[in-house]
Amino acid sequence: MAEISTTSHSGPARWLVVAVPYLWLLLFFAAPFLIILKISLSDTAIAMPPYTPVFDSFGTLGNFVSQLDLENYFFLAEDALYIQSYLSSLRMAFISTFLLLVIGYPMALAMARAPSRWRPTLVMLVILPFWTSFLIRVYAWIGILKPEGLLTVFLQTIGLMGPDEQVQVYRTDIAVFIGIVYSYLPFMVLPLYSALEKMDGTLLEAANDLGCPPLKAFWKITFPLSMPGVIAGSLICFIPIAGEFVIPDLLGGPDTLMIGKTLWTEFFGNRDWPLASAVAVLLLLVLVVPIMIFQKQQQKVG
Amino acid sequence: MKSARFDPVVLTLGFAFLYIPIIILVVYSFNASRLVTVWGGFSLQWYAAMWSNQGLMDAAWVTARVAVLSATIGTVFGTMAALALVRYSRFPGKTLFSGMIYAPLVMPEVITGLSLLLLFVAVNVDRGFWTVTIAHTTFTMCYVAIVVQSRLLTFDRSLEEAALDLGCPPVKTFFKITLPLILPAVLAGWMLAFTLSLDDLVIASFTTGPGATTLPIKIYSQVRLGVTPEINAICTILIALVTIGVVFASIASKRSELRRIRDEHVALRGSL
Repeated sequence: MAEISTTSHSGPARWLVVAVPYLWLLLFFAAPFLIILKISLSDTAIAMPPYTPVFDSFGTLGNFVSQLDLENYFFLAEDALYIQSYLSSLRMAFISTFLLLVIGYPMALAMARAPSRWRPTLVMLVILPFWTSFLIRVYAWIGILKPEGLLTVFLQTIGLMGPDEQVQVYRTDIAVFIGIVYSYLPFMVLPLYSALEKMDGTLLEAANDLGCPPLKAFWKITFPLSMPGVIAGSLICFIPIAGEFVIPDLLGGPDTLMIGKTLWTEFFGNRDWPLASAVAVLLLLVLVVPIMIFQKQQQKVG
Repeated sequence: MKSARFDPVVLTLGFAFLYIPIIILVVYSFNASRLVTVWGGFSLQWYAAMWSNQGLMDAAWVTARVAVLSATIGTVFGTMAALALVRYSRFPGKTLFSGMIYAPLVMPEVITGLSLLLLFVAVNVDRGFWTVTIAHTTFTMCYVAIVVQSRLLTFDRSLEEAALDLGCPPVKTFFKITLPLILPAVLAGWMLAFTLSLDDLVIASFTTGPGATTLPIKIYSQVRLGVTPEINAICTILIALVTIGVVFASIASKRSELRRIRDEHVALRGSL
């Protein structure tokens, strides 16, 4: 009897557990991408919504195909501004990810080598800033980096800077790098830490006993073994940084070109929805390979 | 063993970098002077100013409602998704499903925001409170799914199997056995979802409409005009709320972890 009631109960409930989140994601995550693709192929119009629809119903499929045009994409390809901001975004994302690795790795290593009773507290200390608002953390840097800000005051007080000098960092790419490294550091440190923490310490002891210098042991043993963490951390940082908007907008200057900012301006400033969609589609195309690698890696873990 | 030495200097510098900007922000919210760089004595005037700023308070109320609602729905959906990922070895389109769970974690927010907005426009929905809530539910459920999934992967299924063997229906088994055991992860997922929703500027900017200005949108528009102590005050309150929440949650989860270990110990002794 129990068997029968089990199966009769499990049928619909079992099915629902998959179906509800699946349908939700199809509707609100996958479908929007098809729409964005569609609108990127339509014409700009001064109306609300500000584009002429190319696709009203399935009955007009032939009509639909004939109306599609790549005008927005040609426009993007012709205008150097867009190509430059794509390249500049990728360059900024590469440099930031490298800086994050250089700064995050020693931190993660120090955490993994800390006495084990301290480690949970250290992990929490890394996670805690992540819980506070992104916007607030970027905002905090404005007050520090402004020419008349706290960094200038500090450097003048300790005598490294004359009273007339000011820190000229705010509204430059350097400020953007500081903001990005600051905001994304927990995302880099945590995957590195979890890879390093699992490492078998006896390997290093063996290397040391056999006369391997510490630096060589690091490059021969520690670093290769932490590769999964390096890849995970780099992808988790690189992909969103390439489309970052808030940090370049608040800390960057007029010549800080990043594609997230360009998209935002096209959309909210120029109200050119089709062009903004085309920018988004191209950004997605650039990021699709790193996103797939990230998914493969996550699925292996999961 | 020289290479495996613990290095407190690196950690001190790293944590100083992470915390000093936040500490400065909090300290200057109590500054009597309007200038951000001059300390004019202790004062609570910016908290009073913030409190009487109706626009800011309205935005805070909208944000709180969006965050509670989207975190709750997102936690239910995310937990279901985690179960589907871990417990269902195979179902049609599982690769697509797990892809849709992992992709929003790294997807640039401008893309998610713009694509959702275009969906809402295409189906002709008035944008406002509900569209922001739907948008936040969509991306927060993926974070919840990851958090709950990692708990389910280390989950001892023998208790569940015992309940099923004794004739407990699967749905009841889930609510009586599985859910209480994964509850710390589910609650952690809810908290993460709540703070992510509280924090989001970009997706909310795209999907909101008249009358549903959230706090980050409000803060952003004021920050663009310059640094003001009033913003420091509201940021300090947000930081305090989140810190209290995280510390409480970690104490509670440590307690329940200890209790679980003790219970399992007792159960093991009893069975011997």
